[in-house]
Amino acid sequence: MKVPLPAPPLPNNLPRPAGEWEALQRAWEPPSGWRRLSAVNNSQIGLYYLATALLFFVLAGVLALVMRTQLAVPGNALVGASLYNQLFTMHGSVMMFLFAVPVVEAVAVWLLPNMLGARDLPFPRLSAYAFWAYAIGGIAFFCTIFFGASPDGGWFMYPPLTGKEYSPGIGADWWLLGIGFIEISAIAGAIELIIGILFTRAPGMGLMKMPLFAWAALVAALMVVFAFPALIAGTMLLELERAFDWPFFIAARGGDPLLWQHLFWFFGHPEVYIIFLPAAGMVSMMVPVMAGTSLVGYRAIVWALAGVGAISFLLWMHHMFTAGLGPLALHVTSVASFAVAIPSGVQVFAWIATFWKGRVPMQAPSLFLLGFHFIFVLGGLTGVMLAVLPFDWQAHDSYFVVAHLHYVLVGGLVFPLFAAIYYWTPLYNGHRLSERAAHWSFALMFGGFNLAFFPMHIAGLAGMPRRVYTYADGLGWTFWNLLSTVGAYLFAAGVLWCLVDLVRTLARPEREHGNPWKADSLEWLPQGDYGVRSIPQIASREPLWQQPSLPEEVAAGRHWLPGTVFGGRETLVTSPVHGHIRQLLRLPGDGWAPFVAAVGTAGFFLLLTVSWTVTAFISGALSVGAMLVWLWGSDLAPPRPTATIGEGVSVPTVAVGRGSHSWWATVILLAVDATIFASLAFAHIHVSMALDVCPPPGARLPQGGWSAAALLAASALMAWALHSVGRDRQARVRLAVALAMGAAIGAIAFDLAMHLQADLAPRANAWSATVAALVAWQCFHGLVLLIMGAYVLARSWSGKLRPNARATLDNTALMWHGTVLQALAGMALVRLLPAWMGS
Amino acid sequence: MKTAALFQTAGDAARAIETVSWVLFAGGLAIFVGVMVLLAWAVQRRAGALRPRLWIWGGGVLFPGAVLTALFAWVLPLTPAWKPMPPPDALVVTVKAHMWWWEVRYRDPATGTDILTANEIRLPVGRPVYLALTSADVIHSFWVPPLAGKMDMLPGRMQHLLVTAAEPGTWRGQCAEFCGDQHAQMALHVVGLESDAFEAWLAAQAQPAQALATPNQEAGRRAFLSNRCNACHTVRGASAEGRLGPDLTHFGSRLHLGAGTLGNTPENRRRWLAHIQQIKPGARMPSYDRLDTQTLDAIGDWLGSLQ
Repeated sequence: MKVPLPAPPLPNNLPRPAGEWEALQRAWEPPSGWRRLSAVNNSQIGLYYLATALLFFVLAGVLALVMRTQLAVPGNALVGASLYNQLFTMHGSVMMFLFAVPVVEAVAVWLLPNMLGARDLPFPRLSAYAFWAYAIGGIAFFCTIFFGASPDGGWFMYPPLTGKEYSPGIGADWWLLGIGFIEISAIAGAIELIIGILFTRAPGMGLMKMPLFAWAALVAALMVVFAFPALIAGTMLLELERAFDWPFFIAARGGDPLLWQHLFWFFGHPEVYIIFLPAAGMVSMMVPVMAGTSLVGYRAIVWALAGVGAISFLLWMHHMFTAGLGPLALHVTSVASFAVAIPSGVQVFAWIATFWKGRVPMQAPSLFLLGFHFIFVLGGLTGVMLAVLPFDWQAHDSYFVVAHLHYVLVGGLVFPLFAAIYYWTPLYNGHRLSERAAHWSFALMFGGFNLAFFPMHIAGLAGMPRRVYTYADGLGWTFWNLLSTVGAYLFAAGVLWCLVDLVRTLARPEREHGNPWKADSLEWLPQGDYGVRSIPQIASREPLWQQPSLPEEVAAGRHWLPGTVFGGRETLVTSPVHGHIRQLLRLPGDGWAPFVAAVGTAGFFLLLTVSWTVTAFISGALSVGAMLVWLWGSDLAPPRPTATIGEGVSVPTVAVGRGSHSWWATVILLAVDATIFASLAFAHIHVSMALDVCPPPGARLPQGGWSAAALLAASALMAWALHSVGRDRQARVRLAVALAMGAAIGAIAFDLAMHLQADLAPRANAWSATVAALVAWQCFHGLVLLIMGAYVLARSWSGKLRPNARATLDNTALMWHGTVLQALAGMALVRLLPAWMGS
Repeated sequence: MKTAALFQTAGDAARAIETVSWVLFAGGLAIFVGVMVLLAWAVQRRAGALRPRLWIWGGGVLFPGAVLTALFAWVLPLTPAWKPMPPPDALVVTVKAHMWWWEVRYRDPATGTDILTANEIRLPVGRPVYLALTSADVIHSFWVPPLAGKMDMLPGRMQHLLVTAAEPGTWRGQCAEFCGDQHAQMALHVVGLESDAFEAWLAAQAQPAQALATPNQEAGRRAFLSNRCNACHTVRGASAEGRLGPDLTHFGSRLHLGAGTLGNTPENRRRWLAHIQQIKPGARMPSYDRLDTQTLDAIGDWLGSLQ
């Protein structure tokens, strides 16, 4: 028995009251049986999410093996052109949209709350909804391959090949609607993660004490917010073109195929870093622990993550180096592509320096981390080569690029992910995977990968273009392709070996996980279904190394919130920069609404694809209904204004306006919304700039005023409603909201009428089509305001809208202002651009 | 015939790129080996102190910054002209990509009229050739590695590539932008000829199809017309209404058939006519396996005679 040290001033004293732990346990008890589908806690959703993402990794990998088998020998007749084109389209789409992005979000959903000392993410039902929408939509999308109905225009979906004329089947629609709504799920996940990282960290965990995985996930999630909307806008335009013949991308009617490429790659290049940064964050977590020493250059890595995030938005045109852009655009993009190597170099040198400083035992995670370094550095160097313009003009769209992108993506994501599987599996049930199996698995994966992909560099330099289903003998490609096929099978064997061992390990009986790697971060604290027993007060970047008594204190309930105040699920809200305690956040429990809403959303998009329009809208209504049910139970006035979370420490149980995390989540949603609008506006400007006269012959600008006054009045009325709710003047709130609805929706309807009066004909030319798209986007917002306004009125009538339960109104007002700004900008753009171009 | 490969260069644009490529490979290899040695050393050695700033700033910022700046400064003047103006003596050749073949158009210097051919480009050695590139349908990309880098071909746009063949030879190229079912079998060949030979070839191309020499060829010509092959294919001198498929006026002079899919031999011509949908599934021409062997041979014989 050690002599107890003098106790530091901890938030709570011992002994803990009887029944406290039991109540906490009850509140967080996960559902069992069929009710597992109703689970919303990150510990369950995170695991479902991970398992589904790994399933798609395996499925897309199987598609790749079929392709490699076809290409093993020249002139092979195993699969024909049409199936091969579906295979490579699905391989790319599934890997990018159903494996890579979801898996990094899944790791974050599963691990981040534990790493940050939170009990759950701030919007558990949103995570559940995002997961189910992704899982259901993804599986339906994948199954199209069994019916020969998969998209076959490549994961990049370039029109005109993917337009109605050259792809009349529904394959392209599966892609546009299926992937489009899986993007929505990714954005929902990103909002969840940003708010979770900024608002639910353990007290004392300032930004610069945050684990690097959280930094990486934060940067990546912010990138999702600005990158994915460009793709959503692109897919909307292409689907509108396919469904209604609005010629955005048809050159003969003033459209431009390059418009799609700009929108797609403005998303597509950041996408690569959205995948890589969280993986780099995992590497930054594992490297110091495996080396047994502090990470070298924490601050530099934070800056590097932010730098990569920013620069990655300047690189999209390097996917268009041979598309005939202007020389200035090419050189600027080339320089930016060089520049992005520097923050990546900073991270690599920080990791190697950490290995240098510490001692590295050859355990499974270290093996995969070293393999990652080898593959990723090689892929990075070929990336610099491809940034050199003349070299790219040869290597572009050749197998050299196939090799490069697999080196950076498999190196940058898959190897860190497998290191992470070995490293974090003990959190599940306390068991590590077999070291022996890990050595075999690593040898096969590393050797197989390099054997599969290195020869592709050579085949590409020998003139082999990408996306070919067969090739002739005698071109100098045969030998390299055979090697690639052998390597692909070895790599697959290594993956299989690891996954079999993983399943075997997960099936073992549960035991305490302890801290098997002697790690420094909070996820290795003793955890239950509720996360940590008490939420730790953090004083350093490496809490488990610098505060050795932390695990015992936390498990004994000596830190914050050792039980449940109101008997339900709760966590702490802290300030975004310094991590000061701000509020007790009550979290929703398990429930069916997210699952039903997800089924409805997936049903809406999938049924729309097969043109069961009525059923699709019934499904969509089901989804909106489930969301309203789920919302109706939230934003309720708390039983008491404050809650005690430590000896003599009480915190508020509610926050309003800018103090509320939900307000910030709405702000992020508005950023997504505004970026989609900006993408549509870009399309309009891009198409207009190519015109000799604007508007083009046959089209007219709308007459009449802009209804700007009504829009401004709508915003002012919402401000009045906010003012009135603070004083609980419900009748005034209702009057203001009703008038604001009339003003905003009336203004939008008036604008629509003006355009119809000007005989807006979206099929006639691309200019009119982009105007129609902007008007349609405004009308969609009018519909959203209608639903939100009516919902606020219902809250007020039912007495649920209160001065201390007003997030519904606060967030509706934000949406109002956002819509007003967009409508003003859209109206001004359409009316003023011709004059500006003419001057 | 030389195989298509980056390092069998035959044009000045490709040669400039070759030099850059070798420097990139050597530099990349040196940096890769250096970093891997450092990593191996870091893992093997015992734990010890280090100077973090040297690693982060020196290794992560200054070193790549210096290398990349030098690389950019060195490459810039070596970069072949992008969107070049054609020199006054340049030969202009228009290439229009179709799913999945290449329409090639020359201007006849004698008459100023257009000469249409397909899937094979002949160039005079040493003279700059200004390739005007566009597409009739979806996006394709023009790529003949031994001559130059690639350039995308877009509907509604005219893009350019300036190439000069440095020596006589035959080089293979292939569409580099995915363009649908038969993207894999959309190849073309470029033949570099000495100036005199080129002029003679061009003059011959300007002529209508050659007169018939044998009864079998006469039978082939009649079968060609009676089976409405001329609905899609023009053979100047026989029928000039077809515009959908490749111009076959001097088909016999071409090295390959089916956009580089097969060698232009009597046996392949028969197979192609009878089984095109097996050889190049999705191509916009039906298999004529309903015709008897004699007719197929006659058509092939006639087409082969169109020198």
